Amino acid sequence: MIEPRILAVRTKILKKNDELARRMRAEFVASGVLVTNLVSSPGTGKTALLLETMKLLIDRGRRVAAIVGDLETDNDARRLAESGAPVRQIMTHGCCHLEADMVRDHLDGWDLGQLDYLFIENVGNLVCPTSWDLGESLRVALLSVTEGEDKPLKYPGLFNTSDVAVITKIDLSRACEFDRGLALKNIEAVRPGMVVLETSAKTGGGVTEWTDFLEQKKGP
Amino acid sequence: MHELSIANHLVSLACQSVRQEDVTRVSAITIRVGALACVHPDSLKFCFDAVSEGTLLEGAELRIISVPVVVYCPTCQCEIELPEIQPLRCTVCQTPCGDVRHGNELELESIEVVDASD
Repeated sequence: MIEPRILAVRTKILKKNDELARRMRAEFVASGVLVTNLVSSPGTGKTALLLETMKLLIDRGRRVAAIVGDLETDNDARRLAESGAPVRQIMTHGCCHLEADMVRDHLDGWDLGQLDYLFIENVGNLVCPTSWDLGESLRVALLSVTEGEDKPLKYPGLFNTSDVAVITKIDLSRACEFDRGLALKNIEAVRPGMVVLETSAKTGGGVTEWTDFLEQKKGP
Repeated sequence: MHELSIANHLVSLACQSVRQEDVTRVSAITIRVGALACVHPDSLKFCFDAVSEGTLLEGAELRIISVPVVVYCPTCQCEIELPEIQPLRCTVCQTPCGDVRHGNELELESIEVVDASD
């Protein structure tokens, strides 16, 4: 009887993705482009907020581009292209999250040195995108007032690995009886000290503050 | 179902790790999964069995070690293991703790192989 032998490996399972993401991040940083990964459940309003953000940045003379992930359709890419910025759609055909190589494959032909901001709108999902580093410098977890205040408690992994939280659709707060204090408390429970911004793409409320936050992260 | 993607990465990493070894088969692999890693063990096992078919890992047992969340408490100045994944708050002094030291693990720990007999 041959005894089994144990090989110690101690390696991250997503090593290949992590290594590629690290190389991409180094390239993004060297090119001076701020890469932001937006993650939320479907219907939080990522695209609506992103469109307003891109328009405002373009008005300020910034050079922006976006890559957007969905299982099917290029609807979001077409909406974001209304800003006038270059936009590419990743159709994952069933895959519930973006991976670093998908993003890399959609950068072809873009001169990163000619961009100030690159936005990656992830597939609408609060679980699966959490483990996948896309080479971003800023991960944003979005939560709409229509979803309920306990989303951060239900999906702590995403909120804990994100750099900033954005509450969207604040124009609907009253209709939804949204308890702002409770939402902030829940975010604090899973990510103490997290910066939280509150926006409405519909009324424009908070969009300037959110864009100013990005400009501050980008630096001169 | 990102467990399928994770299983794909796991199988290719494990196959790569045993490539240089003269083994007939892999009997088990052990991984470490943090409580905050958003991985469902049963789904991962299901996907692992499917993805490993036709590879050296076919039929191997997937052993999962669950890693609890450990935070660093700046007040107590030590690491604190939490009984649940939230709130991220020191269980001793109640200070909110954003510094997560463990709980996001998704690691291939070891591979149990059966060597080719000479």
